[in-house]
Amino acid sequence: MSHPSIYKPGTAIERWLDRRLPIVRFGADFMDFPTPKNLNYWWTFGAILAVCLVIQIITGIVLAMHYTPHVDMAFASVEHIMRDVNYGWLIRYVHANGASMFFLAVYIHMFRGLYYGSYKEPREMVWILGVVIFLLMIVTSFMGYVLPWGQMSFWAATVITNLFSAFPIIGEPIKTLLLGGPAVDNATLNRFFSLHYLLPFAIFGIVAIHIWAFHTSGNNNPTGVEIKDVKKDTLAFHPYYTVKDGFAIAVFMLLFAAFVFFNPNGLGHPDNYIPANPLVTPPHIVPEWYFLPFYAILRAITFDIGPISSKLGGVIAMFGSIIVLFLLPWLDTSKVRSMRYRPVAQLWFVIFIIVCLALGYLGGQPAEGDYVLYAQIATAYYFAFFLIILPLLGIFEKTKPLPKSIADSVLKADRPGMTPIAQAAE
Amino acid sequence: MSATSKTQEAEPTRRDFIHILAVTTAAVGAGGVVVPLVHQMNPDASVLALSTKEVDLSALEVGQAIKVMWQGKPVFIRRRTADEIKEVAATPLSALKDANARNGNIAASADAEDANRVVKSDYIVVVGVCTHLGCVPLGTSQGEVRGDFGGWFCPCHGSHYDNSGRIRKGPAPENLPVPPYQFVADTTIRIG
Repeated sequence: MSHPSIYKPGTAIERWLDRRLPIVRFGADFMDFPTPKNLNYWWTFGAILAVCLVIQIITGIVLAMHYTPHVDMAFASVEHIMRDVNYGWLIRYVHANGASMFFLAVYIHMFRGLYYGSYKEPREMVWILGVVIFLLMIVTSFMGYVLPWGQMSFWAATVITNLFSAFPIIGEPIKTLLLGGPAVDNATLNRFFSLHYLLPFAIFGIVAIHIWAFHTSGNNNPTGVEIKDVKKDTLAFHPYYTVKDGFAIAVFMLLFAAFVFFNPNGLGHPDNYIPANPLVTPPHIVPEWYFLPFYAILRAITFDIGPISSKLGGVIAMFGSIIVLFLLPWLDTSKVRSMRYRPVAQLWFVIFIIVCLALGYLGGQPAEGDYVLYAQIATAYYFAFFLIILPLLGIFEKTKPLPKSIADSVLKADRPGMTPIAQAAE
Repeated sequence: MSATSKTQEAEPTRRDFIHILAVTTAAVGAGGVVVPLVHQMNPDASVLALSTKEVDLSALEVGQAIKVMWQGKPVFIRRRTADEIKEVAATPLSALKDANARNGNIAASADAEDANRVVKSDYIVVVGVCTHLGCVPLGTSQGEVRGDFGGWFCPCHGSHYDNSGRIRKGPAPENLPVPPYQFVADTTIRIG
């Protein structure tokens, strides 16, 4: 951690332990971490995500005690969890809706990072690790969705593994390696279960270094101005932000509980309550809501580009939409971190959010007629935002003056509409 | 002193050899560990054992079609009507999106005229997996949509196949593949 330790072992036991395993010191330093005093509620989603991960791991371990990863028994064992296992319905609904809540929180967390420039120097590693976590979340949730072995499970597995066959030469061997046979079958279900159990722990590990990274660089904050004076600009993480995060977690849990108890299947697809049938494809395959924007990008490429077939083009565009996030720290050339002081970037950012939501809507519609055209326009904007707009804005945009320090921005209104509280505070 | 510096000069080559030897041994060992760990994910013996299947077609009426499972994938078998055969035989190659026969029984370079897609022209046998993203096209069971070309229609992303299993319209890049098969009796085929 990047701040001097102020922990003083109080008792003889703590002094004894501190010389041998300074674990209490580690925890105390973690809690004392100097945090910018101006963090708003968008910053609470990190803690919300940590809670989501823990909920998924705990409910998942419990579900694995009752679930059977075999093609003949998987569907029935999920029904067994729902009907026979004590509180099985609750645990499964928490796990299933937990995935949706996890993605909801992670998307807000990512848009926050995008708006306030949290990916910029010196936080590139924080951002890159975050994208890695996001990728692992995608893989984990996809494999988890296959486990109930309903129609959507089976056909999602079929369609997604077929994406790999688009790549020339290496595509088919990779697909066979993933499936363990010529088609989705028992071997596939078994390995997906194994990996679905493993990957959350990988996510847990990368979350730890994600936190380590921003404890080295320090948190970003809504002004994007670095900490100048630790005394004036920061507060200890505990109790100031444990309380703020705690309140946000409680509010988030209200939404979570509303889904679990009042509309537990609202975000799912009814076809997944039909047992998997390799001979019948459901008429309209759609992924879970949190994949819809990427699905729309995949289907938007309906034309061949030179030697690249439309199928391969779609796959490249879909993977590219995430790979471009890795490059973001170097694509955004602006010296100003926070879009609070970038009036033009703000505008493009709002359009970007609308485009992402539109892609989500279009991903759920049949790929025909005008929907295809709209998806193509939205896909073009998605890539243009990262590859053209952000690089050019850094050169041409006239930014607003930055506050002198975090303390300054809190005490003196730097935005129209904010009440000056400087005099009252001093 | 001079003796020590001499040995120090001579020693690096001997030491380098040990380093190279150790690293090489470790690399070979790592390779030996990786191969079984990756290869275990490939199809196992029990999956490969299911690689052939015999199908009795004697109950199949003209105009009727069935689906059978082969290697975990559906295979469509349709006994075509005379009109259907005439129509697909008359289709010029220029009208096809994929002009390759995709027939496991003949040379890979053969073109996709109907004669190259069948063993006996009465029966069309194709793997019923859409070449786009792997859905099972409709059109085999009675009452299902058969698409604009009367063969099969994939509902996932709208690919239309004709009665020779060739892609005619939609995002799928290739014709439905013809699996390797032979007639072991007049009305019995062995797939695989």
